[in-house]
Amino acid sequence: MSIRIENLTHIYNKGLSYETVALDGVSLTIEDKEFVGIIGHTGSGKSTLIQHINGILKPENGRIFINDTDITEKGIKLSDIRKRVGLVFQYPEYQLFEDTVEKDIAFGPSNMGLSPEEVDERVRESMELVGLAYDEFAGRSPFELSGGQKRRVAIAGVIAMRPEVLIMDEPTAGLDPKAHKDIIEMLVKLHKMTECNILLVSHNMEDVAEIVDKIIVMHSGKIFSQGSPAEIYKERDRLLDIGLEVPQAMLFMKKLEDRGISVGKDVMTMDEAVEEIEKLLRKGS
Amino acid sequence: MESIIRIQDVTFEYKRTGSETSAILALDGISLDIEKGSFTAIIGVNGSGKSTLAKNMNGLMLPTGGKVYVNGMDTADESGIWDVRQTIGMVFQNPDNQMVSAVVEDDIAFGPENLGVDPEEIRRRVDMSLQAVGMYDFRKKAPHMLSGGQKQRIAIAGVVAMLPECIVFDEPTAMLDPQGRREVLDIVEKLNKESGKTIVLITHFMDEVANADRIVVMDGGKIVMDGKPQEIFVRSDELKKLGLDVPFAAELACRLRQRGIDIPENIILMDELADHIKEHC
Repeated sequence: MSIRIENLTHIYNKGLSYETVALDGVSLTIEDKEFVGIIGHTGSGKSTLIQHINGILKPENGRIFINDTDITEKGIKLSDIRKRVGLVFQYPEYQLFEDTVEKDIAFGPSNMGLSPEEVDERVRESMELVGLAYDEFAGRSPFELSGGQKRRVAIAGVIAMRPEVLIMDEPTAGLDPKAHKDIIEMLVKLHKMTECNILLVSHNMEDVAEIVDKIIVMHSGKIFSQGSPAEIYKERDRLLDIGLEVPQAMLFMKKLEDRGISVGKDVMTMDEAVEEIEKLLRKGS
Repeated sequence: MESIIRIQDVTFEYKRTGSETSAILALDGISLDIEKGSFTAIIGVNGSGKSTLAKNMNGLMLPTGGKVYVNGMDTADESGIWDVRQTIGMVFQNPDNQMVSAVVEDDIAFGPENLGVDPEEIRRRVDMSLQAVGMYDFRKKAPHMLSGGQKQRIAIAGVVAMLPECIVFDEPTAMLDPQGRREVLDIVEKLNKESGKTIVLITHFMDEVANADRIVVMDGGKIVMDGKPQEIFVRSDELKKLGLDVPFAAELACRLRQRGIDIPENIILMDELADHIKEHC
């Protein structure tokens, strides 16, 4: 599914003394099946942006097209949009409420009026996609699972609606390094298998760099830059200027440059850093 | 050195109600002394027992077996529990769950008020605590209008106002963005270095613990490593097997060593490694 956003502006608390322009004339295009990372500080407008894409927030100004349907128009049935655009909020495990994993995941598809057989099929399919074995987890209480497992149950609940666009707001926040890696790998697998659009919101560029097709950097309610990961990396110094966390290898190269050592600018990963520094040190000795 | 917290052979079981499966052993024979004035970091994957251990440090939870002493007071002795909790303050993961008031300075005053501190002294403590976390200018603001990092600093100030000797931080930065993390971590280090508070920091972020005096690694309810950051992070293969990360510079140094390049084992920070490379290239 393609998404086109034109000149989107959103203002919180309009007319009050603490009114905030959260989005300021944002335009962007996301192609069918694209895997997109949205990066920025807290308050940069990331979450506000994605909440417009399934109609939770209404813009002050601007238009949002989902496959050429303008969802900001009057008379649009938002429930149809929300079936097609699934949104996984931050800390989605706080929204778990049923007494078994199976029932929790079945809640969305059941409300869509699907038959019990179809619901069952969806539950099994989405558990498989998030890497939770049906036989082991379906009957368990979601509340006795680990943090990473709970989160996967919550994500499965959205996947079970079979959205064409899946938006994830900080899906790895608060997880330990292992659970963090598991979720990232799950997203890659999910994208491969379902071919849905994935929009991954994160403050951590390290996470998105290696897996997405495109990165959108938000800053102060505007798009600061967008492009392929390689294109975004060329802007290292600009990104550091706005205090964005860049991949560690990049940051380390900057530290070497600051010490007057000349290094390759395109070093982004640990592997590349090892190569580069080995070269440097061998040359020296 | 004198220890402020003494944990002796502690076990802790979570009972599962209405379940046929047996209790879960979250702590399995932990012994640990926390020295006065020290900065100890505790790392481990989810479920390794870190938070359970933290809550046993000030009597929020009592051990199923073994003993915890705070300044010599047994945490299981009810008569001393308020002294224990005043000695050991705690800061948790989610700042929103730690706010009780609609105005920042009222929130800070809540703790000392409950201790029966007199009003002038409360005023003094509120100001001192807000200054300690760099939030004095926000004293009249509403907490919900602040950023996550700022809210967490308010939560810390609320604990500082109780004048604890030791503060236990249970993943204080887990819900914060990079900037908020830095703000909070700076405060944690300052409380240790400048105010002499004993710090216990539980975290998943390895770059936050590189400056600690000591790192304790937990797995399956047991302590599996305990030492200075330099001693812990050279064991990067073992840490990875436990599902943990290593700070970038320590990992890079380790990979270079594997290629036969001589890098001193005590290097774990980016600046140290960058300086070393500069000297040798």
